[in-house]
Amino acid sequence: MKILVAVKRVIDYNVQIRVKDDGSGVHTDNVKMSTNPPDDNAVEESVKLKESGKVKEIVAISIGEDKAQESIRKALAVGADKGIHVKADSYIEPLGIAKILKKIVEKEKPDMVFLGKQAIDDDCNQTGQMLAAMLSWPQATFSSKVNLKDKSVEIVREIDEGLETIEVNLPAVVSCDLRLNEPRFASLPNIMKAKKKPMEQLNAKDLGLDLTNRIQQIKVEEPPKRKAGIKVANVAELVSKLKNEAKVL
Amino acid sequence: MSVLLIAEHDNTKLKPFTLNAITAASKIDSEVHVLVAGANCENVTKEAASVPLVKKVLLCDSPNYQNYLPENLAPLVTKTAEKYDHIVASANTFGKNFMPRVAAALDISQVSDIIKVSSPDTFIRPIYAGNAFATVKSNDKKKCVTIRPTSFDPAEKTGGSAQVEKIEAVDVPNTSKFIKREETKSERPELGTARIVVSGGRGLESGENFKLITDIADKLNAAVGASRAAVDAGYISNDHQVGQTGKVVVPDLYIAVGISGAIQHLAGMKESKIIVAINKDGEAPIFSVADYGLEADLFKALPEFLAELNKLNTIQK
Repeated sequence: MKILVAVKRVIDYNVQIRVKDDGSGVHTDNVKMSTNPPDDNAVEESVKLKESGKVKEIVAISIGEDKAQESIRKALAVGADKGIHVKADSYIEPLGIAKILKKIVEKEKPDMVFLGKQAIDDDCNQTGQMLAAMLSWPQATFSSKVNLKDKSVEIVREIDEGLETIEVNLPAVVSCDLRLNEPRFASLPNIMKAKKKPMEQLNAKDLGLDLTNRIQQIKVEEPPKRKAGIKVANVAELVSKLKNEAKVL
Repeated sequence: MSVLLIAEHDNTKLKPFTLNAITAASKIDSEVHVLVAGANCENVTKEAASVPLVKKVLLCDSPNYQNYLPENLAPLVTKTAEKYDHIVASANTFGKNFMPRVAAALDISQVSDIIKVSSPDTFIRPIYAGNAFATVKSNDKKKCVTIRPTSFDPAEKTGGSAQVEKIEAVDVPNTSKFIKREETKSERPELGTARIVVSGGRGLESGENFKLITDIADKLNAAVGASRAAVDAGYISNDHQVGQTGKVVVPDLYIAVGISGAIQHLAGMKESKIIVAINKDGEAPIFSVADYGLEADLFKALPEFLAELNKLNTIQK
């Protein structure tokens, strides 16, 4: 079997986001970037399936500026076999990303596409589902357990009420939750080896797709700040404040 | 102009967040129609029809929709969407699962997780885990929108009598199969809708010590939450997690105990009306969002807190 795993390069999750004064977005210059956390889980799960012998080949794809290749190299360093970088210099909405992925899927013909359930920058939570719909494939979103069978995959999904188990036919799109696994770190020798793995380069513009963004970002602003609170001296004062001042007890 | 809202339910009852989504839908346009797709869901239909803000209920009763598999539900919504300008659902695991499939089928760029309706085509949505708010305008003719339920008040439940129209099921692809759902059963209120939430973090030091949290939660009729650190350490199960990767909660009172206040946790609770932090580290970031901070050892403070609460006799249920 073959897996296509999609990774996105985003502002690192430990970075405190700073909104630009002109409302045009957030500061990204000199800010630490890394692979979107649940995409790391998607890579890890693909590698585990390869180690189990069920999967033969893993192709890692990223769409974005040249530095998106860093996320592909990271995937190659932990076990992906080949990289595809689709160059795009400006932001593309999930709808456009799904169209690009569809094009690549048609060419690479994977049995499954793995990706993170959501990117931590635009927080859209759309790409996997859109891709599945465009391909008329089933989907398993927010997956926290993957049991790959011959012609299907059984998935435990994280839902608001608890857990749901479903089985979807292959080919399928699987979006990964952070609880799926613990992503491994790449060893130095493997990072060096990854540099020799093949990396195909394409340009989003050349794919013949309508990638026009439909959503206009009018402004980005800081969320309203909470008023500075007070420190109370002891439990009795806390309870008294909650009852008499905040009136929540 | 009219809005098609996809109801979330369990085939017996309407899920509470559908009422919040109805409020949001009514801010887009007053002509709110609700699609109830499920199996033997007459009661859900009745509940939806009695919401005064709802003008019409579309009922599609078929075993195909019993477990809301997105492969089955999305084609029905896509077909029904022909007559509507907006298609909306809650931005919870229900709406997030099927709505992008509808948007893709209609070649629409979905607007996810809105917290405010500025106009029928302009919305505010949090990005970067709520560390920034983006105002966005959708230039698609038809719009697919998911709504953060906790940002809108629930609609009145009774008093309406909307017309119910039955619609036909559409073909399903038979590519996916529902096996089971294990719902976390709890005597306590649900985390997402509770008026009070008491959360514990790594500072609790063990799963057994979470009893200090649950005792207070039971006294206050509150839901129990946890930080990701506490979940990862195995003190408590996943479904209690509050934060960017867990649940976003907006209770009247949020009590954070032994939680340092990582960005990822703050993203899930900082819109709460009143926040209390109890932590022995006076420099912990949680204090920067707390209305009332108590710098104290939680193992001493929590029993005292419970004793003080027991003295009060005005606790609202």
